[in-house]
Amino acid sequence: MTTKGRIHSFESFGTVDGPGIRFVIFMQGCPFRCLYCHNPDTWSTDSGSLYSALEVFDRIRRYVPYFKNSGGGVTVSGGEPLLQAEFITELFKLCKEEGIHTAIDTNGFVDSNSAAVNALLDYTDLVLLDIKHIDDQKHKTLTGCSNRDVLKFARHLDSRKIPVWLRYVVVPGLTDYEPDVKKLNKFITELSNIENIELLPFHKIGEYKWKELGIDYKLFDTPPANDCDIKRVRKILNPSD
Amino acid sequence: MDQKAWNGFVPGNWENNIDVRDFIVNNYTPYDGTEEFLVDSSIKTKKLWTKCKKLLSDERLKDGVLNVDTRTVSGITSHAPGYIDEKYEVIKGLQTDKPLKRAILPYGGIRMAKQACEKYNYKLSPKIEDIFEKYRKTHNEGVFSAYTPEMRKARKSGVITGLPDAYGRGRIIGDYRRVALYGVNKLIEEKKKDLNGLINKSMNEETIRLREEVTEQINSLNELVEMAKTYGFDVSRPAENAQEAVQWTYLAFLAAMKETNGAANSLGRVSTFLDIYIERDINTGILTEVEAQELIDQFIIKLRFIRHLRTPEYNELFAGDPVWITESIGGMCEDGRHMVTKTSFRLLQTLFNLGPSPEPNITILWSQKLPIGFKRFCAKVSMVTSAIQYENDDIMKPHFHDDYGISCCVSAMRIGKDMQYFGARCNLPKLLLLALNGGKDEVSGEQVGPVFEPYTDEYLDYNKVISRFKEMQKWLTGLYVNTMNIIHYMHDKYAYERLMMALHDTEVNRLMAFGIAGLSVLVDSLSAIKYTYVKAIRDERGLITDFEIKGDYPQFGNDDDRVDSIAVEVVRDFYNDLKENETYRNAVHTLSLLTITSNVVYGKKTGSTPDGRKKGEPFAPGANPMHGRDKMGALAALNSLAKIPYEHCMDGVSLTLTLVPRSLGRDTSSRMNNLVALLDGYFVQGGHHVNINVFERVVLEKAMEDPYNYPQLTIRVSGYAVNFIRLTRQQQLEVIARTFHNAM
Repeated sequence: MTTKGRIHSFESFGTVDGPGIRFVIFMQGCPFRCLYCHNPDTWSTDSGSLYSALEVFDRIRRYVPYFKNSGGGVTVSGGEPLLQAEFITELFKLCKEEGIHTAIDTNGFVDSNSAAVNALLDYTDLVLLDIKHIDDQKHKTLTGCSNRDVLKFARHLDSRKIPVWLRYVVVPGLTDYEPDVKKLNKFITELSNIENIELLPFHKIGEYKWKELGIDYKLFDTPPANDCDIKRVRKILNPSD
Repeated sequence: MDQKAWNGFVPGNWENNIDVRDFIVNNYTPYDGTEEFLVDSSIKTKKLWTKCKKLLSDERLKDGVLNVDTRTVSGITSHAPGYIDEKYEVIKGLQTDKPLKRAILPYGGIRMAKQACEKYNYKLSPKIEDIFEKYRKTHNEGVFSAYTPEMRKARKSGVITGLPDAYGRGRIIGDYRRVALYGVNKLIEEKKKDLNGLINKSMNEETIRLREEVTEQINSLNELVEMAKTYGFDVSRPAENAQEAVQWTYLAFLAAMKETNGAANSLGRVSTFLDIYIERDINTGILTEVEAQELIDQFIIKLRFIRHLRTPEYNELFAGDPVWITESIGGMCEDGRHMVTKTSFRLLQTLFNLGPSPEPNITILWSQKLPIGFKRFCAKVSMVTSAIQYENDDIMKPHFHDDYGISCCVSAMRIGKDMQYFGARCNLPKLLLLALNGGKDEVSGEQVGPVFEPYTDEYLDYNKVISRFKEMQKWLTGLYVNTMNIIHYMHDKYAYERLMMALHDTEVNRLMAFGIAGLSVLVDSLSAIKYTYVKAIRDERGLITDFEIKGDYPQFGNDDDRVDSIAVEVVRDFYNDLKENETYRNAVHTLSLLTITSNVVYGKKTGSTPDGRKKGEPFAPGANPMHGRDKMGALAALNSLAKIPYEHCMDGVSLTLTLVPRSLGRDTSSRMNNLVALLDGYFVQGGHHVNINVFERVVLEKAMEDPYNYPQLTIRVSGYAVNFIRLTRQQQLEVIARTFHNAM
């Protein structure tokens, strides 16, 4: 009971990271360096503030009335939450004792056999899994890492029957190439635990943060995704609607 | 009693006594469904509203005032009947002989009337000026003949601001429904009985005053009958159908508006009352849904056309030309049923049929137990119009039962049973600065309060500061109550609201409503002093006028008990200190955290504060956290507010929340659900009031550049709504600077 979590910030009124009203915890630290990241200030693993699970839980429980009325709960996002699986496990245990719905918002870049990750999944009601790219080479270009573990984790979640909301960021010219999207669709249709597919249009709201941090923003010339871009991708991934 | 008027109604105590609540409870039909039965406005209404929009646009082009009748002192019967376009008008009656022509009401103060005329390039008739300067004393003159030098100083420094000492006090809600249900003859008869009951009493000041007041009430009721006759209506008898019920209720309200121009003139709680008449007529086949909606649409049009003549100083405090015709909708009945009816929906529907508008100030009395169809419809209205506010019925009902209404923004009152002596706000951050400077004003350098020892250390020590602050607060609360006593004594004497009070029980319960401004600035200042190092910086006069703050400190609005507990303590102590002081006519002390738009003016008059706010910068409105300091998102701010105990703040705790649409969710349906859950969650924890705005900041910026394309853009500010384009530039900038909750 001594693990402390390194946390970037909290949002008491999250409405886009899982069902209902979510208390969202943004963890500090991420192995990916996504070109389109809108929170590059969460990359570093040594900034942020340290909290015990109990301290964080004390914040969460204040929002139970809002969760109850909206079918919401807590979502741990980041950064990459699975870097701090032990801390989140402690936190989620406390949440489940109070009947609070738990979700993690992850890029899936983990060892599926890790004991810590599997312990966390025991207390996780929903995984928001962000697959950045289905093509390994393009995934590397986009994030700096291979997608092998990500896809493996997706299958692992399926075998453990943990519901997944799949998220895909549509970046014009980078992630909307039709053969890639079709390949992604083939991968998804082989999974039986996907409850929802969310397409997130690439936007430039986080661009100022790159400037503040003095990092070179490579997508300067990439336009934000428009409705047409989204529709094209949705047609392939979501033929039902 | 009255066969035709009451035919089909369930009998009860209401037949023998003036008891509108009993009538409603015995006769209303709760509606559990959705909005699908609602209809668009009728052809007549559309034609009328087109004319109205033209008039409203003309008014804006003339600096906000279309016309002034400078030659007539307004009264219930002062003006010939007026029409917008008679053939399209289903509900009749205007304040003067022409739409949007403003009248002169000099009883509150002749100077205000004169200045207001001049500001809009009119000249008050010399005869009226002469009468009120030479022969007829006004409320304003009365007050200033009794003010002490200390009161004048406090007023001038701005530590107490917004005292209703130069104009009508407002805040009183007549039970206008009584006119429709009983007819005026019956009301006069009852008042005469009350007057007879005041015969064999010892003729002390109290009895004499009441006898005079009741006589005046009866006179005003007779005038109401006379005024209604000029429009062809006989309100001496009860209303016989829905059309008359709406018309009678409106004429009673109109008559009150003709004789008083108080700061807030609320309507009360009429929708469920009127629904009983509408249901009866629909059931007997003499009214269709389109006609029912027409009655409500046209009633609302008339309410949107009520105007009072104000001065620029007044507009600075209460911007946007408000009347605060607050109408309260929903809530629960003591017998466990909810009080939502189809007419509750019809009233909200006017915001779609006629477009958004600040008036009437539609207030939802929210209970956890309201039907979901209604809750979702309210959320939809908020998301589209940003024009309505929400107050917690579950915490008000135990005190005010099930026939109360909201006056102005957040003040609950039992309709026809309670009245209110309203007045002003105490600027708490300024009080803190006075305490640090030994009673000297940090801006002018003048000695405002009694001479205390100034604070002499370099760094501010929490306990030392608090003890000085409390000492200063005891002085100020005493002064504040005494000032209010003078104001309301004089208002009763020189500008008595005859008709409004005629529509109350003669034995009325009085509330005296005090206020606090700048709560979050004071609380953050105290938190900074407590949790970090604050160094006092003195100017050449030796006064503390600035501060150096080292490090971070917990700030109000983040659901952090370390600082939220300071807020609770500040409010409780202030309220308890107020209660130590005797009030005029034994009024019950109440307290609000509400600023309207005056937070800008308060900030202007206040030096730099220990929280890091610089001299002249606006305060946050009402009980809001300071702009940009609520870093944990909307719900954390709501949770901080919910901790302030309603028992100490029964005149209301106002929060204004601005959300960008996408922060509520990805699609319309989840946005609606989340907004309902937000309201349920806030109120179940004891929150009292919230204004909901849903729009992007960029919309306001565009409206500032191009006001004529946004004639109806309505935003909630602090307990009321305004047309954004009618705010001053400074107020617009302050609204844009407020926290927009924008979680991604």
